[in-house]
Amino acid sequence: MKRVLSSVVTAVISFCLVAGFSPVSAAKAETIKVGAILAVTGGASFLGGPEARTLEMMVEEINAKGGINGNKIDLIIKDSGANPEKAISFAKQLIEEDKVFAIIGPSTSGETMKIKNIVEEAQMILLSCAAAEVIVNPVAKYVFKTPQKDSHAVEKIYGTMKDLGISKIAVLTGNTGFGNAGKGQLEKIAPDFGIEILASEVYDKKATDLSAVVAKLMANKDIQAVVNWSIVPAQGILAKNMRQAGWDVPLFQSHGFGNIKYVEAGGAAAEGIIFPAGRLLVANSLAEDNPQKQLLVRYKIDYETKYPDDKVSTFGGHAYDALTILMAGIEKAGTDKEKVRDAIENLKGVPGTAGIFNFSPEDHNGLDINSFEMLTVKDGKFVIYHK
Amino acid sequence: MSPELFIQYLFAGITYGIIYAIVAIGFNIIYNTTGIINFAQGEFVMLGGMTAITMTAFMPMPLAIAVAVLITMVVGALIEMVFIRWLQSPSVLRMIIITIGISILAREAALHIWGESVRALPYFIGNEVTSVSILGARISPQVLWVIGVCSLMVACLSLFFKFTSLGREMRACAANRRAATLCGINAKNMVTLSFVLSAGIGAVAGCVMSPITYSDYEMGPGLAIKGFTVAILGGLGNSLAAVAAGLLLGIIEAFSVSVLPLAFQDAIATSILLVILFIRPHGLFGSSEAASLKEF
Repeated sequence: MKRVLSSVVTAVISFCLVAGFSPVSAAKAETIKVGAILAVTGGASFLGGPEARTLEMMVEEINAKGGINGNKIDLIIKDSGANPEKAISFAKQLIEEDKVFAIIGPSTSGETMKIKNIVEEAQMILLSCAAAEVIVNPVAKYVFKTPQKDSHAVEKIYGTMKDLGISKIAVLTGNTGFGNAGKGQLEKIAPDFGIEILASEVYDKKATDLSAVVAKLMANKDIQAVVNWSIVPAQGILAKNMRQAGWDVPLFQSHGFGNIKYVEAGGAAAEGIIFPAGRLLVANSLAEDNPQKQLLVRYKIDYETKYPDDKVSTFGGHAYDALTILMAGIEKAGTDKEKVRDAIENLKGVPGTAGIFNFSPEDHNGLDINSFEMLTVKDGKFVIYHK
Repeated sequence: MSPELFIQYLFAGITYGIIYAIVAIGFNIIYNTTGIINFAQGEFVMLGGMTAITMTAFMPMPLAIAVAVLITMVVGALIEMVFIRWLQSPSVLRMIIITIGISILAREAALHIWGESVRALPYFIGNEVTSVSILGARISPQVLWVIGVCSLMVACLSLFFKFTSLGREMRACAANRRAATLCGINAKNMVTLSFVLSAGIGAVAGCVMSPITYSDYEMGPGLAIKGFTVAILGGLGNSLAAVAAGLLLGIIEAFSVSVLPLAFQDAIATSILLVILFIRPHGLFGSSEAASLKEF
């Protein structure tokens, strides 16, 4: 019996050795490992889910075409569940154990800020899919981000308010990195547009009902509009609670609203919500000569063909842009990490889903305010907002 | 504070409160027959809501809810039979760890079945923007559904425990398990029944609240913490006290918004839990003598 057992053990061990080590030697240096830290589950899953699916789709396509400069891509996705602590340990794992070439993500601003220093010290290229401006301001040498800046989103919202003659508002934010950063920008930029914030409230990212705070704000008759800044389902809950209470002031949301699932969750209450977003959501209604149109329509068709249960969202687009930029860098500079970083920093005029990227040593985001369009919800769909 | 605002806060508070109370009653029913806290109680609420949402694709909503509640009750029974029933005089700590494990298992299973996205049942009456006017305040009809259905459940449960022989047998097990067994009551079946009942009322609550709060695979732990606070606040094992404590906590939370920033809302429940554990560990309505006789 003992002998049988020991031979089984030997067999298992040798199998593991064969299975574990042979692919490495066969692959040699021809694969480029790309790590991704994404919130595939948890409260930010509307972000991380499409991001992960987009990356998988793109890598499959790139590898099917023979890779980039002949190098295949090996994608390693880690699900952080939007938990900053997990993001930190995954970042360390990807850098130290997997020895990846670059990291895409994290999905949320809070996580990105936690690992900003870690990647900077490890000289690891990070292409964040999170929106907060603090990620690239101050600039860190190895940290880039693909979503539009929140300051531009705020300017766009305040500009629209000015057109509508709104000057007294209430601000609601989720208690996440994205929410906090947005709150800061909203408060900082308000005076430039002559806007007065009469009330500012923060809610938990797991909030399930906001009717009490809606009642409180509604009692203040001076409030002409509400701005909500979060990436959580509370975006829909707030809309429902406001409309149920019979409060019909305009509701503005951040660019965190760019997933049609939030609209579905909000139902009739989501109608008329105004928010800034990239052009991906309205790709089909863009003018033919728009430089982004071709790319947006193709991504939309590719994604929705591959994942028929899912609709394209701006978040998946951020991951699309991150990988596109990384590939553009590698295409230019080969597989030397430092050279790729320099190449990314000097990329100009690269069309992405979020806008046209023009990077520089001072600007690791590369998008200007024109990358935003004001959208609204009409009959359960996103359409371009007209006053 | 204007009367309308007062009513508005009051209804928000009652809605939170009654949901907490239902979760707390779920805790209490199982506590009474087994002496443990079932930390998977929040998962019953989640399972009820999520199953009903899936079922609405195949059948009309009232039927879907009924089927979802039945399925959750079966799950409750299975959990008890697979994980708890065969244990020989297990320690309280061991059983609690088991329920925590079950809650994690249930959440992971739900994640695989339904994925990460947030769903909701449609509103029972009207849609997301419908509201009714009560004394100048405007309230979603769903809020009235939640309050009505949950109150009805509490009433039925009290009648069940008071006037049916099955209910009396369960209470006998709660009072003294050995004596109950000596009187010919099958205590093990009573434990199974308590899991079935808890799962059932949790599932009903999960269905009626879903249009308001949405349902997702990880809604359980948050509810369990609030429900646990309420169960402790009222005094473990006392279901009517749980209703009072639930309403109290819900209303405090709702009105706190008018004086404190919203961000503190959840801290209130935790603070109350700590204060109660320090000052009156047997709860607002429990007696310290009775509590000292219990193991946990």
